[in-house]
Amino acid sequence: MDIHEYQAKKLLADFGVPIPLGGLAYSPEQAQYRASEIGGNRWVVKAQVHTGGRGKAGGIRVCSSEQEVWTAADEMLGSRLVTSQTGPRGRGVYRLYIESVAEIDREIYLGFVLDRETERVMMMVSAAGGMEIEQVAENDPDSLIRIVIEPAVGLQSFQSREVAFALGLDASIVTEVANTLKACYRSFRDLDATMVEINPLVVTVDGRVLALDAKMAFDDNALFKRDQISELRDKSQEDPREMKAKDRGLSYVGLDGDIGCIINGAGLAMATMDMIKIAGGEPANFLDIGGGASPERVAKAFNLVLSDENVKGVLVNIFAGINRCDWVAQGVVKAMQDLDIEVPVVVRLSGTNVEEGRRILEESSVSLITADTLAEAAEKSVVAVMEGARI
Amino acid sequence: MSIVIDNQTPVLVQGFTGRIGSFHSKEMMEYGTHVVGGVTPGRGGTVHHGLPVFDTVKAAVAATGAEASIVFVPPPFAADAIMEAADGGLSTCVCITDGIPAQDMMRVKRYMRRYKAENRMQLIGPNCAGVISPGKALLGIMPGHIYKQGEVGIIGRSGTLGYEAASQLKALGIGVSTSVGIGGDPINGSSFKDHLATFEQDLQTRIVLMIGEIGGPQEAAAAEFARDHMKKPVVGYIAGLTAPKGRTMGHAGAIVSAVGESAKEKVDILRECGVTVVERPSEFGSTVGQALSASP
Repeated sequence: MDIHEYQAKKLLADFGVPIPLGGLAYSPEQAQYRASEIGGNRWVVKAQVHTGGRGKAGGIRVCSSEQEVWTAADEMLGSRLVTSQTGPRGRGVYRLYIESVAEIDREIYLGFVLDRETERVMMMVSAAGGMEIEQVAENDPDSLIRIVIEPAVGLQSFQSREVAFALGLDASIVTEVANTLKACYRSFRDLDATMVEINPLVVTVDGRVLALDAKMAFDDNALFKRDQISELRDKSQEDPREMKAKDRGLSYVGLDGDIGCIINGAGLAMATMDMIKIAGGEPANFLDIGGGASPERVAKAFNLVLSDENVKGVLVNIFAGINRCDWVAQGVVKAMQDLDIEVPVVVRLSGTNVEEGRRILEESSVSLITADTLAEAAEKSVVAVMEGARI
Repeated sequence: MSIVIDNQTPVLVQGFTGRIGSFHSKEMMEYGTHVVGGVTPGRGGTVHHGLPVFDTVKAAVAATGAEASIVFVPPPFAADAIMEAADGGLSTCVCITDGIPAQDMMRVKRYMRRYKAENRMQLIGPNCAGVISPGKALLGIMPGHIYKQGEVGIIGRSGTLGYEAASQLKALGIGVSTSVGIGGDPINGSSFKDHLATFEQDLQTRIVLMIGEIGGPQEAAAAEFARDHMKKPVVGYIAGLTAPKGRTMGHAGAIVSAVGESAKEKVDILRECGVTVVERPSEFGSTVGQALSASP
């Protein structure tokens, strides 16, 4: 789960990470009021959206008067921000964060991720702050300092100091930077994060350390024990189809194609999508309805997949292991009777009780295309969508 | 011979009396697995499926001599159950549970390092379908009837995609020695490489089919192991050709987040290491069949 910058900053500040003065605004008036509250004569107005690359897309504006803050807020609120990471739909801007502007001397990149190779938390630091880390890793991999953290004892002071000295920081702020690194690690560990990124962490002209930006992502599997994190979810930032699926306990990822997929098991779902692609089609979604595909789940899945306007055909591929094909077939027949389905539906059943399942499909009055193998199912769905005909 | 378990291995079920644990225990017993009892804290001293229930793994091991366990404990408590199994002296633990927090698994892996390598339990999973040695024993949740006994070792992340492969093999009359599901989580127990090593030693296995997916470094590490340390042929498939970068495809571990983690990059690595690549998921059977007839 992703959260907003202002939420991440608040969480990190609780662990001792220094952040600039700032406040949240939902309206231009509130934005202006926040600016006067913060004081000074320069502010930055930042769109709160779940994406990177906001600066280049016009989602971050520096203002030199309260009037400018009002105007910037008025223009940004309610707009959709399209960045290099969002796709053409972009993300809606409904919240702004108003912050005092810092006079920057140095910019540092700081990131924490779960490293799958070592199965530990890895800290990455670079003197090239403000740049995208992928670029740093590509252009100047040696400049990226990587420290793998031993989970039993956590990040040690000496490791943090080593990093601070390697960055060539002034001795007077080494302790403060080292403490910031340790605070970030503690937040990662204590909140079940999967990513903490401060880009940039800056040293100001007057020698203070500040997190100018902050990103955090959390482990969905751990949300059950992190109430204060799960309530930070902002549904306005999610793809509406995915949000609907999530609320129904289905695993769904929306894509750009036109063949809707209903499959049990993540691996089989990916393989079926690949098969569609090989057959010359494009999948509209990833959807795993889980191992036990009950008739109710199949019906829910149909509803969800058909709510995507781009879907011109549906492919159902179920490998019944512990459940049974006849149950799945009943679910498919019921869903097709209850819903007004105007696109061709291809069904492939395999595994336990497959003969009985196929018999139910054949004897039903609903019009669908059956397939025996994975290849046949993919090919038939591509052809059906191309013909645009109902068989 | 087979790897991981056979029909003599005494097995404990952790989460024995729960709905899911109870159902699959019965399936395993009917398949021929030597289940000797179960563990459900607070239910010790009772009898379930005609077998004794214990409060702790240690008590169960002391009374039954169990050597392996299978975990059906819900996600919040599953990591704890795995560590209890490791401390209870079991040599193998299969964890079926889906949805364990990644940092819980990190702690499990760290905890298991307290045991010397030769005494350390082998963890398989979590979020996997388990292990089946067709005709012998089932320590998992797969449907036994889709597997034919034979000479192909299977290692895969996904349950149903593994079923798809096994049924394609069976349709061509090709059987399986053992099929191991290593699970779809980012931090898991045994890796592709670990099982390649045991299949290389297994007399029943002539060829290994490795069914990987996007995300993580394990498929590439396994391919390098096959190139450097294996005589038996390895056939490989990577799911997720159509998966966009940065999106999790169902499995928490199926996300392309670093260089070398996309399907195309992994397929290239497999090829470079001499692994025969299954081009499309409809060709598991035919590709393995060809590789079998090409090998002496």
